[in-house]
Amino acid sequence: MSDKNMEKDAITGVETTGHEWDGIKELNNPAPRWWLIVLLISIIWAVGYWVVYPAWPTLSGDGERGGTKGSYGWTQYQQLKESQAEIVARKAAYLDRFNNADFDQIKADPELYAFAVAGGTSAFKDNCATCHGTGGSGSAGYPNLLDDDWLWGGDVDTIHETIRVGVRFTHDESRISEMPAFGGMLSEDEIGHIADYVLSFTGEAYDGPGKALYEDQCAACHADNGTGGRDFGAPNLADAIWFYGNSKGDIMSQIRRPKHGVMPAWEHRLDESTIRQLAIYVHSLGGGEN
Amino acid sequence: MSDNAAPIKLFEKKERIFPKRVWGKYRKVKWVVMITTLAIYYLAPFLRWDRGPHAPDQAILIDMPARRGYFFFIEIWPQEVYYLTGILILAAVALFFATSLFGRVWCGYACPQTVWTDLFVWVERIVQGDRAARMRLKKAPWTFDKLWKMATTHALWLLIGLFTGGAWVFYFNDAPTLLEHIVHFDIPWSIGGWILALTFSTYLMAGFAREQVCMYMCPYSRFQSAMFDKDTLIITYDEDRGEKRGKHKKGESWEGRGHCVDCTACVQVCPMGIDIRDGLQMECIACGLCVDACNNIMDKVELPRGLIRYDTTHNQEQRRQGAEEVTASAHFLRARTVWYTLVLCVVGGLMLYSLTNRATLELHVLHDRNPLFVTLSDGSVRNGYNIKVLNKAYEDKHYSLTVHGIDGAEIRVQGAGAVDASALPVFADSVGHFRVFVSAPKQADARTAITFELIEVNSDASLVANATTYESIFASKRR
Ligand code: SF4
Ligand code: SF4
Repeated sequence: MSDKNMEKDAITGVETTGHEWDGIKELNNPAPRWWLIVLLISIIWAVGYWVVYPAWPTLSGDGERGGTKGSYGWTQYQQLKESQAEIVARKAAYLDRFNNADFDQIKADPELYAFAVAGGTSAFKDNCATCHGTGGSGSAGYPNLLDDDWLWGGDVDTIHETIRVGVRFTHDESRISEMPAFGGMLSEDEIGHIADYVLSFTGEAYDGPGKALYEDQCAACHADNGTGGRDFGAPNLADAIWFYGNSKGDIMSQIRRPKHGVMPAWEHRLDESTIRQLAIYVHSLGGGEN
Repeated sequence: MSDNAAPIKLFEKKERIFPKRVWGKYRKVKWVVMITTLAIYYLAPFLRWDRGPHAPDQAILIDMPARRGYFFFIEIWPQEVYYLTGILILAAVALFFATSLFGRVWCGYACPQTVWTDLFVWVERIVQGDRAARMRLKKAPWTFDKLWKMATTHALWLLIGLFTGGAWVFYFNDAPTLLEHIVHFDIPWSIGGWILALTFSTYLMAGFAREQVCMYMCPYSRFQSAMFDKDTLIITYDEDRGEKRGKHKKGESWEGRGHCVDCTACVQVCPMGIDIRDGLQMECIACGLCVDACNNIMDKVELPRGLIRYDTTHNQEQRRQGAEEVTASAHFLRARTVWYTLVLCVVGGLMLYSLTNRATLELHVLHDRNPLFVTLSDGSVRNGYNIKVLNKAYEDKHYSLTVHGIDGAEIRVQGAGAVDASALPVFADSVGHFRVFVSAPKQADARTAITFELIEVNSDASLVANATTYESIFASKRR
């Protein structure tokens, strides 16, 4: 080793490799061989990944997005499916108990109740939120499900029935109620008088022709004192909650040519268990009646 | 080498090190530390600590599925992992502290890598004999004797590894129950996988990688060296006294020569395979075995001990200049050690304080955002809240929830059964989730500050002092 190029580093006494960068010289300290072996093993290990997982892009492969498929047949969709199956399996433990319990039993059992509310929450977001809003508070023409004002009734059974058959829908048993359009039958003045009278239920006292007109035309469904009637889904006009707005104009427009919302029947679209979970969930939002 | 380029060797096979057996003070300390640390490691999961019927009775337990950590009287919940940060800071500062005082004592005595390697070398020695015998055996042809000895060594190593992995999983499960399951091979693959992984890694690290771990993998070895100063205790070879070294025959004079008899005892016992006489080296883990070895030799040649010893470079300089050695108090009392002590005390004190004063009751209130409020038919307004009650006590409890800051507020709990705000039930060591509605007349402001108060109640409905509050808001349509 008496090479003339051999140069020893003064401080460490180690030979240099002769490589030099800006005066910094590389010492000839060999790395341990096991380190190299570990590196090689890692590379071989990586080859395993090419084989078992989708790895190589090809122009027209049979993998998820082209490319090689991998011997495990792993895909993201497959993984998603498996995770979902896991959730379904976990739910199955409760589902049986849930299906065999009536609403009163569910409301008394913390576990089943939590299960129903959780299931209902996600079903609501998927199916109902489009109209009723993700928080269930609705908007003009779409009922707010959180308050204590119900068109058809707010106990769990009634809510369940409404979800099942829908409102003004093609379902045979669908809830039907249609307020006639008074636009042709009454004059604009008369309609205005009625609106004034309706506003008086929640506002200042009114003593005019509207009262008689209301009693003639409207009281049959909305009741003399304006409290409405759940048998026909007639809204309560004497509370603080308004379906289509509470200005005189809003009310006149609704008398002249009422808007009628439609709610689809969910029977046959959702399974019975989901509908029951939805009923419990909607009932839990704060306005549920007993 | 005939060609004139420097021979660049990129990789090199590492020579196996066969540390020789040694007796002495530091070896004894090492045995004691080894036995204590291993005993703690293997037995600690079996210690019991009574926490009542609603919590596990294992003194040290990390309960992953239940998300709880137990350490004797301490229990932490997932949101309290900052205690772990505290422990890590403590551990780091303690390591700095010990290093600045005594050098790499951690490496030499307490590091698991050192302890297990020591144990494995001991097994090796029991089965195959001391250094010379082991070296001979390595070179020997594969006879039945060699095969048998090798097989026994590796089997014992694997067995120790198995126990190491086996003990590990006990920290995460109820130890006696799990032991029963392990004995009957009735364990899930997750636990079996941990045992196998740790068996294998112990076998690999303590059986084969050994000093390579300290030299190439361990970050601590590097930053400990960075913390050395001239007052740090290091293993030193007293060059002034030792040189000029050379063989010595009994009766010969010591005049004109050094005290090192060049017996290489210090080299033979070194688990890192270095010659400390070349001066302090990165590899030295300060285990003190060469000190023992050299002292034994000095005794034999009837010279004073301490040719190799724990010393500081400061002392060496002083001696060279004929000055006094640094006194122990001056050595230990340095700005650096004082600072470390201070940090240790502050962090340790803070942790101890917060752990002993840890509230067993916590309340969290989340106001609904969608919608912020609901108008009811009578014109009043209702707000919804999600409420979490953290009962960290080991008993089932009831709490009364009230709301302050708003007139005529009514509070209602929505849930299964007949839950009432005056007695919210929360199980021992768990979180109670409640859906709570507060209704009140329409407010003057869109947003009114309110306070929820939670008070523990006894079974006879009397209030207990344990209470907590949470600030929230009540949103309303303006009056
Ligand atoms: S260098 Fe690292 S692995 Fe080696 S003894 Fe020190 S702390 Fe342990
Ligand atoms: S030189 Fe001495 S103290 Fe350092 S590792 Fe070797 S035997 Fe231990």
